[in-house]
Order: sequence, then C-alpha cells, then structure tokens
Amino acid sequence: MDTDRVAIIGASMTQFGQREAWIRDLLAEAGIACLEDAGVEPSDVEHCYVSNMSSGEFEGQGGIMNMLAHDLGLLPAYTQRVDQTSSSGGAGIYAAWQSIASGASEMTLLVGGEKMTHRTTGESTDIIASITHPEEYKHGVTLPSFAGMTARHYLERFDAPRESLAKVAVKNHKNGVDNPHAQFRKEVGLETVLESPIVADPLRLYDFCPITDGSAALLFCSESVAREYTDEYAIVSSVAGATDTHVVHERPDPTIMNGVVESGRAAYEMSGYDPEDVDVAELHDMFTILEFLQMEGLGFADHGDAWRLVEAGETERDTGDLPINTSGGLKSKGHPLGASGVAQGVEIYEQLVGEAGPRQVDADVGLCCNVGGFGNCVITTIMEVGA
Amino acid sequence: MEAVRYADGTIGFPRHHLGLDGNEPVETVDLSEYTATVVTWTTSTATPPGVREPNHLAIVEFDLEELTDPDDPPVRALGQLTTGDVESGDTVQPVYAEELREPGVGIKLTESQAWDGFRFEPV
Repeated sequence: MDTDRVAIIGASMTQFGQREAWIRDLLAEAGIACLEDAGVEPSDVEHCYVSNMSSGEFEGQGGIMNMLAHDLGLLPAYTQRVDQTSSSGGAGIYAAWQSIASGASEMTLLVGGEKMTHRTTGESTDIIASITHPEEYKHGVTLPSFAGMTARHYLERFDAPRESLAKVAVKNHKNGVDNPHAQFRKEVGLETVLESPIVADPLRLYDFCPITDGSAALLFCSESVAREYTDEYAIVSSVAGATDTHVVHERPDPTIMNGVVESGRAAYEMSGYDPEDVDVAELHDMFTILEFLQMEGLGFADHGDAWRLVEAGETERDTGDLPINTSGGLKSKGHPLGASGVAQGVEIYEQLVGEAGPRQVDADVGLCCNVGGFGNCVITTIMEVGA
Repeated sequence: MEAVRYADGTIGFPRHHLGLDGNEPVETVDLSEYTATVVTWTTSTATPPGVREPNHLAIVEFDLEELTDPDDPPVRALGQLTTGDVESGDTVQPVYAEELREPGVGIKLTESQAWDGFRFEPV
C-alpha cells in the first residue's frame, strides 16, 4: 500500500455566473463548503493557496490569500497566491500537490476565484489582453482574436468543416444543463451557434466562453491522512506544467500548443498512464478551437484529426468513448479565470468518487488540462480513484 | 520593424534578450523592407477600449530567402491589416502607422511601451 500518494478528500464550487459577491466572499463561500464537504476543521489546514489572476486589476483588491486565511479561521496557516493567468487554478493544484508530497503540509486547502462581471466586456477583454507581449498588445490583439486566427488556419489546413467547431459548443452546453453550478444551463442548437454574431472571424459568439464570477476549492492531504476521514477520495496521479512561446506568432506550427504537448507528456510519464487509459477529461475550452488543439496535444487524436472524433460523437458524455467536458466546460459552466483550473479538478474529483449526479460517467482515471494565455503556460493533471 | 539576428544565425521578431537556445542578439534586421505572406487572419469585432472596431489582424510570414537558410525557422509577425479584404496566402507589405491604438485608454500605462508600428497592406 502506497501511503505517499497525494489525495483529494473534499471539493466545492460556488454558483458560476454574474454574482453580487466580491472576490473576498466568493473565495470564502467555496473554501467553507470544501472544508464542510470533507469534514475537516479549519484549524487542521496548514497551507492555503489561492489561485487568482487579476483581483488587483479587476477589483483593486490585493492580498486575498491572507484575507481568506483570516476569514476562514485558518491562522497560522501558510498562504500563497498563485497567478499563472488562465491556468492559475491548475498551477494551484500543482502548488497544493507539492505541499503535501514534500511533507511541508499535512492538510492543504486550494481555493481559486475571480470576480469579473462588474467590468464591461471591453474592460475585461483588455485586462486579459494585457498578458500579451507589448508588440502584440499595441495592435489591439485579444485572446479571442488569437482563437479566430488559429481556427481559420486549422480549418483551412485540415479541411475541417466549420460545423465541427460548433459541435463542441453544442456538446458542452448540453453537458452544462446538468451542472447546477454552471453559468448557462441551456442547450443550444447548431444553427444558433453558426448564426450567432461574429466575434473573431470565423468564430462567433457561441464559440467563446462567457465572462464569469465564481470560485472553486479542493482539499489535499496524503493518502494515509485521507483514510482517517473517508473511504472515497481521489488520488493525484500526476501534475505537470510546461510553457510555450509568449509571443504566439513565434510558434513553429500555429496548430500545435507545445505547452499542452509537454505538460501532457510529463503527466503521462509521471502517472504511468497513457491517453487510452483516460476515461474522462476536462479540457480548457475557452474557445471551441482549443478543445481540438488539446485533444491532439494530449494524444487523444492525431494532429489534424480531433474534428473527426467530434463529428463521430466520440467525445459525447453519454455515448462517446472519451467524454470531454462533462461539467459543461468553460463554455457553458463559465470561466472565472483563477477558478477554472480548480473547477476542472472539482469535476474530475466528483466523477471519480461517484458524486457527479446526472453527469456521472464510468471513470477510474480522469485528466484536466488548464491553459494559460493562448497556450504559453499549461498544467495537466491526472487523477485516479483512491482505494 | 526591428527583428534581430541571434548568434546562431536565426532571425526573430520581436527582439528577446536571448534567443530560444540562449543565443545573444548580434545584429538588427529591418523587416519593413520586405514583403510577407498571410498565414492566417481574423476580423475582431469585440475590441478593447482604444482599439479600432472592427480590427483586422493577421499573422504573416516574411519572405527572407536571401537572409536565412532553408532550415531556419520562419520569421513571422502579428499585426493589423489595412483592410479586411484578404485571404490566406496573399502577399502584403508593412505600412507605418503612428498610433496602432489610442495610448492611455486601455489598462497599460502610456509610457510603458511604444504605440506606433506597422500595419500590413495587400500588395
């Protein structure tokens, strides 16, 4: 029996969407719910990590990790804010895993959150675009415009039908109907996606995730400690991060996200699992095209072939061989930047311990891939059922 | 439009303190003198404050056969287009613009970076 493994014994997420609560209360809501889910006292938490991209820019609030520690009665727990742009949540999983695996902490709480909707769409877009290189920023580039250019190149190069991207949105909205915390719980049809307003040609409104408020949390400890609390837990089989060029046009192939490839390769190697061992995956579908690029980068499909799997229904929740984004994904569930990677982990945890309700699939191994920037930093996490 | 040649002979844009293999920049190359080919493009209709709407953008690949070896990585740039009437594969040339977006309107401090640069115009 391997007692050195890192376990997850609790998970929570707030309602995602437009919330009146500010970042302080969003984080506290998820943190308290996570501790209650695990039956762990606040005084038992030794490390507390907060995944957040831009609370200073969005709200003018800094030091949120220390605020949370006091608000939840975690003192004198060690705290740290983790910022890795859109992959801050995945980076938080990495930090929490390290804290337990190293023996530095016996019980670690990870909370990810972002408050965004009080800003206009233009302001939020600009805050997010500020992560780009100055040579890109001055041209008015946005993350959606990177997606538009990548999608055009992908469709032209691989002769993929435009409808295949729309089918990603249709699938993820359908999955989100059964997620009580999702921002959108409404199915959309193919025509609705294809006739929605253009945002970054050839991508349209329904190819993009919304702007979202929300928070999510996970509780980590060693497997031996986990057994003191519960019989049902998940194991973090591996977590690995990688970077790619900050400047997007400097990548040798615009249709390959090398951060996905490298983080996936390292995560598979560390866990001993292969792509075919993965039963369910949460991918960072901030834009529909990203689901294709991650499927290919993680070895679920050959380069240029992900669209064929989507067309064949292989990624559907109830009928596919590899259900992808059973939570609804960022597309339907929403994308509160710092929370999204943690929420991916919440979904995989719930799938592995059998708590996913109507979204439940048969899964022993799950994977989440959290993408920062337009792929310049990526975290891939693989989990398995604890026993 | 200043690219740099690194010590290993490769050319990159924009300039980094060190190249991807740790090579130092040894000279500059003015890309504005060369034409380029549109790799891909988009028209962005949801633009941030201070950015024109719609905003036509492209990734282009410079035609630098005379300066590079066939095995060198391509030299590309992202930039605004002067028109949305383009297709992938079209040839474009850089055209100078004093302000690509309105300084001081977005989140970045005006003094923190340059705001002039080159748009790409179909040849």
